[in-house]
Amino acid sequence: MSEPISALNHASYDGIATVEETGLQGMITLRGDLSDKVLAKAVKDATGKKMPGQREALVDGQTGVCWMSTDELLVLVPYADVEAKLAAMTNALSGTHALAVNVSDARAVFQISGMKAREVLGKLAPVELSAEAFQPGQIRRSRLAQVAGAFWMDDDQTFRVVCFRSAADYVFKLLKVAAQPGSEVGVY
Amino acid sequence: MSTRLAKQGRLIDRSKQVTFTFNGTSMQGYEGDTLASALLANDQMMMGRSFKYHRPRGVVASGAEEPNALVGLGQGNRFEPNQRATTTELFNGLTSVSQNHWPNLEFDIGAVNTALARFLPAGFYYKTFIHPKPFWKHVYEPIIRQSAGLGKAPDKDNRDADTYEHFYAFTDVLVIGGGVAGLQAAMTAAESGAKVLLIEQTAHWGGRAPVDGGTINDEPVDKFVEQMVSKLETMSNVTMRNRCMGAGVYDHGYVLGYERLNDHKPGSQGPRHRLWRIRAKQVVTATGAIERPLSFAGNDVPGVMLAAAMRDYVVNWGVTPGERVIVATNNDDAYRTAIILKQAGVDVLRVVDARAAAGPLAEEARQLGIRVDPGKAIAKVKGGKRVKKVAICNQEGIGGAREEVECDAVAMSGGWSPVVHMWSHCGGKLIWDEAQAHFRPDPARPPLGANGEGFVVAAGASNGPLALGDVLTDAHAAGKAAAKAAGFKPKNTKAPAGEATQEAAMQAVWLMPANAEVQLRMKSWLDFQNDVKVSDVQLAAREGYESVEHTKRYTTLGMATDQGKLSNINGLAILADALESEIPKVGTTTFRPPYTPISMGAIGGEARGDVFQPIRQTPMHDWHDKNGADWEPVGHWRRTYAYVRPGESVHDAVNREVKNTRENLGLLDASTLGKLIVKGPDAGKFLDMMYTNMMSTLKVGKCRYGLMCSENGFLIDDGVVARIDEDTWLCHTTTGGAERIHGHMEEWLQTEWWDWKVYVANVTEQYAQVAVVGPNARKVLEKLGGMDVSKEALPFMEWRDGKIGDFDCRAYRISFSGELSYEIAVPASQGQAFWDALMDAGKEFGVMPYGTECLHILRAEKGFIMIGDETDGTVIPQDLGLHWALSKKKEDYLGKRAHSRSHMADPDRWKLVGLETVDGSVIPDGAYAVGEGVNANGQRNMIGRVTSTYYSANLGKGIAMGLIKHGPDRMGEIVEFPGTDGKTYKAKIVDPIFYDKDGEKQNV
Amino acid sequence: MLILNCPYCGVDAEETELAAGGEAHLKRFGPGSSDNEFHDYLFMRENPRGVHFERWRHSNGCGKWFHAARCTQTLEVFGTYSAQTTEPPQEIKDAITAKRPGWKWRDYE
Repeated sequence: MSEPISALNHASYDGIATVEETGLQGMITLRGDLSDKVLAKAVKDATGKKMPGQREALVDGQTGVCWMSTDELLVLVPYADVEAKLAAMTNALSGTHALAVNVSDARAVFQISGMKAREVLGKLAPVELSAEAFQPGQIRRSRLAQVAGAFWMDDDQTFRVVCFRSAADYVFKLLKVAAQPGSEVGVY
Repeated sequence: MSTRLAKQGRLIDRSKQVTFTFNGTSMQGYEGDTLASALLANDQMMMGRSFKYHRPRGVVASGAEEPNALVGLGQGNRFEPNQRATTTELFNGLTSVSQNHWPNLEFDIGAVNTALARFLPAGFYYKTFIHPKPFWKHVYEPIIRQSAGLGKAPDKDNRDADTYEHFYAFTDVLVIGGGVAGLQAAMTAAESGAKVLLIEQTAHWGGRAPVDGGTINDEPVDKFVEQMVSKLETMSNVTMRNRCMGAGVYDHGYVLGYERLNDHKPGSQGPRHRLWRIRAKQVVTATGAIERPLSFAGNDVPGVMLAAAMRDYVVNWGVTPGERVIVATNNDDAYRTAIILKQAGVDVLRVVDARAAAGPLAEEARQLGIRVDPGKAIAKVKGGKRVKKVAICNQEGIGGAREEVECDAVAMSGGWSPVVHMWSHCGGKLIWDEAQAHFRPDPARPPLGANGEGFVVAAGASNGPLALGDVLTDAHAAGKAAAKAAGFKPKNTKAPAGEATQEAAMQAVWLMPANAEVQLRMKSWLDFQNDVKVSDVQLAAREGYESVEHTKRYTTLGMATDQGKLSNINGLAILADALESEIPKVGTTTFRPPYTPISMGAIGGEARGDVFQPIRQTPMHDWHDKNGADWEPVGHWRRTYAYVRPGESVHDAVNREVKNTRENLGLLDASTLGKLIVKGPDAGKFLDMMYTNMMSTLKVGKCRYGLMCSENGFLIDDGVVARIDEDTWLCHTTTGGAERIHGHMEEWLQTEWWDWKVYVANVTEQYAQVAVVGPNARKVLEKLGGMDVSKEALPFMEWRDGKIGDFDCRAYRISFSGELSYEIAVPASQGQAFWDALMDAGKEFGVMPYGTECLHILRAEKGFIMIGDETDGTVIPQDLGLHWALSKKKEDYLGKRAHSRSHMADPDRWKLVGLETVDGSVIPDGAYAVGEGVNANGQRNMIGRVTSTYYSANLGKGIAMGLIKHGPDRMGEIVEFPGTDGKTYKAKIVDPIFYDKDGEKQNV
Repeated sequence: MLILNCPYCGVDAEETELAAGGEAHLKRFGPGSSDNEFHDYLFMRENPRGVHFERWRHSNGCGKWFHAARCTQTLEVFGTYSAQTTEPPQEIKDAITAKRPGWKWRDYE
């Protein structure tokens, strides 16, 4: 194995918020019946987290689970662990109709942090991002300008944004424009 | 002359002088000036020329409704045409130039049109530029192009230096307009606890009420505005934005706000404009009213101005547009202008009032010594570039018995029209208010939101009321109504008490004098920018234009950049009169967003330059870029068309890659190919429906080429399917097809066969995939070591998981080139390292990367079809000789039923063949084959077309594929392809497989 | 620009997050169907001024297809509901009746 390289290799930018590509994050797309106890146990074993409710993101750092749809979860584990966790999960689900695939390399992850992080994202996604409307613990799948993306909050001033790897360069450039100095909106 | 007064000017700071230029002349103004007020202060009354006749034009208004004072602002990469001087805030170093004149503003050749005006009436272009037909291209079109367009387009090489952005905002109540009505509505709504966003297009709060006077709660209006603003600013549920115009109201509470952040301080940090994409539960439009001009002869001469605008210039900016002024009116409000001018020391020669009697304001004016002439009208304003004289006559009559008075400015007022644009954009209806002679919002028919209820409430003058007290009461009620409709409980408060002088009723006056003779009507302007006069609208009516929408287009009334803010109602009244109809019956033209033009930059937002659109990159993108990639867009992906070496042409590079891949070793970045995992107990059954082939019988470890058709029977995608395990298949799609086919599968699973147990996941980008192609393909993989890639261990159309070198991979033994070929998928994060390893190990085997054009040529040499080349959405597998891929064992698959429709089985369908030019040349792409005879239009009958055409370096000649009528039955025949270059290409119909017909090369 | 509530993820999604999928509740005709049945299934669509049933996909979101009942004239939305049904649920029909008494769409009313 050679050293795996993320799409932008930790590129970063400082403006009204700090934007950083965070490097590789282990990710498993898990599709199945979310009410199935076997599935819930597999998630718990992999992440220590319970089954998330609608649009919930139960994430601590690099580990957690996000609700993506009525039959889809995004399981987060450290990149180095992903193959082992996937194997364990596949094994646990062997008798269940479910699909677990490694999508770690198919994604890029950004962190937007700072007082104005909400406004930076609010320029690109048609989503209400006021503190009353969006908080840590929630995930939102939407679009970032012209590409699909998903995001959740690590804390009140920090977003984690996931997009397709091929769009990483575009999304980073978008975030740089949205975070340019002097572009505070003064709303969030 | 127009000049700066010694006193007054509530918006300017006389301690801060500002220098700017107009047509190269340096001038002085003050901070707080608009460009218009500063130009007036410098006695620059003439600010431009009109569009059609190039008539001299002075400023006529003081705000967004201005039709005349349009200038080109800024220079170089910040130049922008058609900017209204009245809404341009002055700053140090501002440069401006007037428009639509040559060689200069004072002396303009095009002004000869004004002398010809009687020969250029409405419809002139329609009537003139019709016959003879051949004149169109070389005579008429150049003339029309020469005279078309107002203002100068920015230099295309000067890219806009600024940035722009969007912002998505969400609010309970949006209030558009920050005058006293907007402030009051915002306050009332905010007091209920609703989240309120208040936007105002100018830099100031309070609108025009502070100029018009009166008191609110016994205090001056200015004081009230100040108190409201400071209180709103402290409320956490209120966001206020000035320099932010409500541009458009759309379905389901969607509103665009156009914020001009840096126009008054160009070059500052941050974006120049921000487009607010607002979702509001309720919208309050507090957009005020616009004064109407009066239609009298010479009402377009510079120095004739709206009465309220004239007092704005005095009160707000300490500028008087003239020293001897005549006021013409049909209402009491214009007396305020007379009084304010008089108090500022300006000579007000008289007020010409079309009515027989006026209210208390007239009495106040008389007491100041102003002569008031009831029942009188302006017959004509004389002067060219500036008002010199006014001829006064009786309002009743045709305009005889005139008295001439020398003056240098005329203030006119024809009454007020509510700004109903925001109400109307999304379908709000209007009613005609006879007393005020204007259209106002019909509260019973508001624009409807998602719940079927109204979501717009009009407030203040934009709703009809014009008196200060009525405006505040109305706005207070509007704020309550909006808060309530947004789900809040308004507080039980009272509207503030506004007091202003009582006004007598206005009288509708659509023409001055009432029966003006034709010479006067031909000089009475309705639309100042587009030069539409009373006589033009009357002509349109005589020529049978009964619909206001048709008249608008025929005369160009209201079609200028101001969109008829001043002219529409006057024009409508003239039309109604000419049609002997009533105004409400004639109706209005449609109000369309934006309210005033907004910048293209703001519309585009961040999407410019390198973020204009997403460019999808594979993990090896940077390597390709550094190694001569000539890029080709494929969907949003960028793929390498060819790797061009120094000194090579692109064509040379393609030929080199084509030969090398056949002779040695080629590498293709195939990462863009779609990869979908399909898993579940019903996955086989599902894929049997998706593909025309049988996929459920595919054995684990094997691959099969599959076709996908739409329910219509037409080919939509193809690719190699690999069976991963008992329950799991991996489906390759075309490069552009991954998301589309993923969506297609999900659609059928979710909406038709939702009881089938199948899950699909798109894993396209998880892998970097490299095609290792050519006689040396196996050698390079064996050199890297790892899995056994021998013919026996990994036969054609099979796949294996394992390691190659240090890399975990999945190797597919598949070929789109006819060569010995492997496609190796590794994790994307190791794609570059894997590519490097192959390039390094491949040196001794003559490795070269190859691009998409080489890929195309190699597959065409083999007669392999390409979705998008051989197919165009109307082609079925049978057309391409792909019968073998249509399962006969399956009862059903998408497209099967369609294939039995009569047209699909028609023997006359064009069918795939190979084409070989007689002289070895290359048939032009897209060329059609022609047969005997002509069709009904006299065109040669078509019998087919080219779908792929290339120069094959391996064969040393042009090769092509095409769809030809009865093609497979016509082997050896010569068909003709006329090219657009005038040549006719002759080609022989041949088998589409040009190279290695028996497929021996890939089977080694 | 419309806003529709995605019944799967619960988001009030604006149109830029959605993809329109045409008429709802089509009945598929495959091999064995008559030419007329197949023709109607493929090509014949309702084009009402008023109550209409459509399919939408929350494409820039949870990815799910859903149904929407709305008025093509006023853009009023009567409700959104699951794609896993062959006909509009009763509560949607009731919601429409409350707003548009006497409505009819294909055989539903």
